[in-house]
Amino acid sequence: MPELSHDFEHAAVKALGNQQLRTNFRRVMTGLMNKRAAQFPDPDELQALRSRGKSIKDRALAKLPDLLVQLEQNLIANGIQVHWAESVDEGNRIILDILRKANAKSLIKGKSMVSEEMHFNHFLEENNIRALESDLGEYIIQLAGEGPSHIVMPAIHKNKGEIGKLFQEKIDGQGYTDDPDELTAAARRVLRQMFANADAGFSGVNFAAADTGSLVLMSNEGNGRMSTHLPSMHIALMGIEKVIERLEDVGPLISLACRSATGQPITTYVNVISGPRKAGEKDGPKEVHLVILDNGRTRIYDDPQLREGLRCIRCAACMNHCPVYTRIGGHAYQYTYPGPIGEILNPQMQGIEKAGDVLHASSLCGRCAEVCPVKIPLVDLIVRLRRESIRPSADAVKGGGSRKSGMENVIWFGWKTMYANPLFYRWGTWWLRKIGNLMPAGLPLLKQWTSVRSKPQFASRSIYDLARERGIRDE
Amino acid sequence: MPMSKNPLPGRPDTVYYFPTCLVDLFYPEAGMAGIELLKRAGTTVVMPGQQSCCGQPARNCGYYEEARSVARAQLAAFPKNWPIVVPSGSCAGMMKTHYPELFKGMPELPQVQAFCDRVFELTWFLVHVMDIKLVDKGEPVRVTWHGSCHSMREMGVVEEPKDLLRSLSNVTLVEADYEKECCGFGGTFSVRLPEISAAMVTDKVNNIVATGATQVVSGDMGCMMNISGAMKKAKAPVKGRHIAEFLLERIGRGDA
Ligand code: SF4
Repeated sequence: MPELSHDFEHAAVKALGNQQLRTNFRRVMTGLMNKRAAQFPDPDELQALRSRGKSIKDRALAKLPDLLVQLEQNLIANGIQVHWAESVDEGNRIILDILRKANAKSLIKGKSMVSEEMHFNHFLEENNIRALESDLGEYIIQLAGEGPSHIVMPAIHKNKGEIGKLFQEKIDGQGYTDDPDELTAAARRVLRQMFANADAGFSGVNFAAADTGSLVLMSNEGNGRMSTHLPSMHIALMGIEKVIERLEDVGPLISLACRSATGQPITTYVNVISGPRKAGEKDGPKEVHLVILDNGRTRIYDDPQLREGLRCIRCAACMNHCPVYTRIGGHAYQYTYPGPIGEILNPQMQGIEKAGDVLHASSLCGRCAEVCPVKIPLVDLIVRLRRESIRPSADAVKGGGSRKSGMENVIWFGWKTMYANPLFYRWGTWWLRKIGNLMPAGLPLLKQWTSVRSKPQFASRSIYDLARERGIRDE
Repeated sequence: MPMSKNPLPGRPDTVYYFPTCLVDLFYPEAGMAGIELLKRAGTTVVMPGQQSCCGQPARNCGYYEEARSVARAQLAAFPKNWPIVVPSGSCAGMMKTHYPELFKGMPELPQVQAFCDRVFELTWFLVHVMDIKLVDKGEPVRVTWHGSCHSMREMGVVEEPKDLLRSLSNVTLVEADYEKECCGFGGTFSVRLPEISAAMVTDKVNNIVATGATQVVSGDMGCMMNISGAMKKAKAPVKGRHIAEFLLERIGRGDA
């Protein structure tokens, strides 16, 4: 067997032992599931909306290269400067260059999972530029020096007491409180200052409409608008799959994303950014940049089945409903994206040799695929990637085949030999019935099984024998 | 009148039965109960001795070639054009929804598709095809239900088994919290990530016990092996049953 990285399992076991964390996640995820369910009382309407969401994203993906060209042209026509980054390093360098050219020393950030993918804050820090997260959840984890544990609610693993302590420790002059309003007010005081003084603003993008060259951003806090609007420069960052064909496609996608994510009909703010400040206008950034990142997405795109994962609109419903995520939280997944969508994206972006262990973090229960608003067959994709990890098809996935295991090959060969051949099956099961119950519970596999379960008992008779005796036809 | 969901021209005279390897090895009486229910509902049951396993364990781990070899043996074991009834939504789901993917691009695909179309989950078949009517002869009992993930999400079997339970006059069906959440079995998942699986089944058992039911009924012995095993180890006062066995006991084993 190859030396598997046990990072995921270790982290998961550690998380399982943290009762506070488990209670937090269970409570919040249950609330989110209920809120989502309340948003979709009519199952037919839900299915119709999901089909619509899927078809909008499929249409965009089918024309992706053309739409990206069209988007670029229209953005440029609107006065937005466009930059292409193939890798995380390139993306970071491009943004650093933009900031340096403008002599910017500080950056106020709206929420962006792609920037997490790039370890962007860390990179800027190394280059002496201060990036401050302005989304409350992101601000909290930035203070704590942690990554997000959820893609919509990044600090969901922290309760108010922990946040109170953190603020007391990290914010000058802040005493301890666990009152959510006071905590929010404390964060707001720090952030307002920064909004007023930051040299540049930064944000992610939820949808980019190719036909009008507009960037659409959803947010529940005013921070998104302030980060993109107040500083004299705005830099936006997105993955290539964020482009959609038409601005009018945004409506159904926003409705699906918000209802699936937090059970809201719509987010408090929806910003449509169509260019920098025009002559005669009193506000808005003077410069707007969009950085479009690949980071392995083209490779995902090239495989017709794996491409389905690029429909994702990052609503987090799949993790909210995942029985594994609910119990271990997001940090155990090690890389940027937690939960089922992370099980798909992390191994493909990081390579299976590095991030492939997370492919087994699923009982394949199918809840994720059932709720995904754009009908991504998450379970089928997980199984496909498990396959790529042991028997790669061509060059579909980075690190394909890196989890090949001679031992497992032997086990499955034995399994196949027994089950593909009726005679061997009879013979093999006869033996299992004879000696199976004598196996000590300490044997590998049985040991794991019996940690919380009794040993299953092999029946003394086969159903085929019983049926024959009771006159059931065998033909 | 609601539209009949029966895709067949009527009630078939003969059906095939695929008891599954798990039932064969551990729970043959649960499998026999399914046969008995089908007979009572008015059809002849044929159980080919050449069958073994649907192939799901290998497929789920990505070992498609091995899964395909085993699938081929099943394709060969059910040659006649009779419906194939399976007392497990998970194995039925494997055969009905994943065989086409295993044989994608292969010449036998049309034949495989025809096979898939014949696969039915037992309770769905009893309700929609056989239109079974049950008369409860048992003592009052309080039970709860565990829906298997693949039964619900691959086979679309959600209400049928619960409707059967509700049709029994002396049976009170109580819903457990998180009824539709996975029990943590997931085949190899339970031994690959045993701690997470254990956390899931422990929660499942607690939710079942909290209903005050004395029995938990399910349509899948995979889940049941997991849940019952955990209940037994925790000495929980609840017994796990396959729905076929439970129903048969309620209507009386001996009666025609
Ligand atoms: S995979 Fe689907 S459910 Fe999960 S975040 Fe993406 S869109 Fe939402």
